[in-house]
Amino acid sequence: MTVLNAVLDARAEQAIMAALADVPDPEIPVVSVLDLGIVRGVRRDPPAVLITPTYTGCPATHVIEQSVRAALNEAGFSAVPVETVLSPPWTTDWISDAGRAKLLAYGIAPPSPRGSDVVACPQCGSTDTREVSRFGSTPCKALWRCTDCLEPFDRFKCH
Amino acid sequence: MPSLPTISPEDIRTAEHARGHGAIGDMRAAEWHPAHFDYLLRLGDDSLILAQRLAEWCGHAPSVEVDLSLANMGLDLIGQATLFLDHGGALEGKGRSGDTLAFHRDVLAFRNCLLVEQPNGDFAQTIARQFLFATYSLGLFEALTRSTDPRIAEVAAKAVKEVTYHADLAADWVVRLGDGTEESRTRMIAGFDWHWRFVEELFDQDELELSLVAQGIAADRAALRPAFDAALARTFAEAKLELPPLPFAIRGGRVGHHSEHLGHLLATMQFLPRTYPDAKW
Repeated sequence: MTVLNAVLDARAEQAIMAALADVPDPEIPVVSVLDLGIVRGVRRDPPAVLITPTYTGCPATHVIEQSVRAALNEAGFSAVPVETVLSPPWTTDWISDAGRAKLLAYGIAPPSPRGSDVVACPQCGSTDTREVSRFGSTPCKALWRCTDCLEPFDRFKCH
Repeated sequence: MPSLPTISPEDIRTAEHARGHGAIGDMRAAEWHPAHFDYLLRLGDDSLILAQRLAEWCGHAPSVEVDLSLANMGLDLIGQATLFLDHGGALEGKGRSGDTLAFHRDVLAFRNCLLVEQPNGDFAQTIARQFLFATYSLGLFEALTRSTDPRIAEVAAKAVKEVTYHADLAADWVVRLGDGTEESRTRMIAGFDWHWRFVEELFDQDELELSLVAQGIAADRAALRPAFDAALARTFAEAKLELPPLPFAIRGGRVGHHSEHLGHLLATMQFLPRTYPDAKW
């Protein structure tokens, strides 16, 4: 399937979103770029896939753009450009419920809902936890530790 | 560090003569760019130079957690610098990207404040610099979210969230070191003592900036000062430290008069792209 039209229709939009559903985040491969809200959507006219960075300096941004590009090419949408947009700025509220569930299952505490500062241990569920380091293995995560089961864990920072 | 004179017509002639023969070569070019471009260099260069300083800690910080913190803050700053400098390059319209501006300008063409180019010193000195800069830039970026340049406004809206975290982290360490042991307290005070003379420059406004403030592009720095002073007073009280009166101010970064430290920093930062100009990652 090759899209030659200048404007995308609903079917093409659906096909694009389906093609991107399996594009993993390069740092946390259990979640997709759709789960994280990095893909902001499809613009039909002029056609483009809109993506947004989580943090301005996130080194994964370039890899994500390339992966999205590759997935589009694979699905026959090589003529559709990938555009990066900054507004409105990405927040952790853009992470889908499915994304949150996948993070938790992977051992990463998902960001707390806005207005809550309760952090539950992804291993034992205890809320008796404390921050060890404000930054973890990636810009979007902090390092925490459970005071009950003593396991250290990554927490997706509220942003 | 002596204060430096402003650029005279004689300097311009020297620069013209020396074009292509080293640092002074692009001084005149930078002087002639429109104010909007220059303002973006001020914003972008602040983030870029501080990012490079923080990167120097990579692998050397007191603990792995601190190592991660400093490197990650540096990453945020590089992201901001890229967006500001790319935007500046696009406005200039001479085909210079953010990378070109970062790697192919000489020291006199940099527009960062003197604070960010200061050497890391010990961990306390780095934290003092980080606390002063993050506290200042948090107020600046909050104001810039209302810039009439929509690109500046949207970059600021992203940056404000990152810098909030930087300011909190630095303030926590100021309290921890200031209200810690005799050793950590002494070092924290010395760390701030190194930097006090560079604080006034953060709030300086020249004609270039005032013209941009009038157009709503730039933030009015004078309006940022009360919140900055209040944040300092709050953290210092918590850290059981005394705020000294500010010493004689050293200025010049915004017009390209830098301390000797910046040249050394650039030598490291720019080495690879200058030696291998067409190298691709």
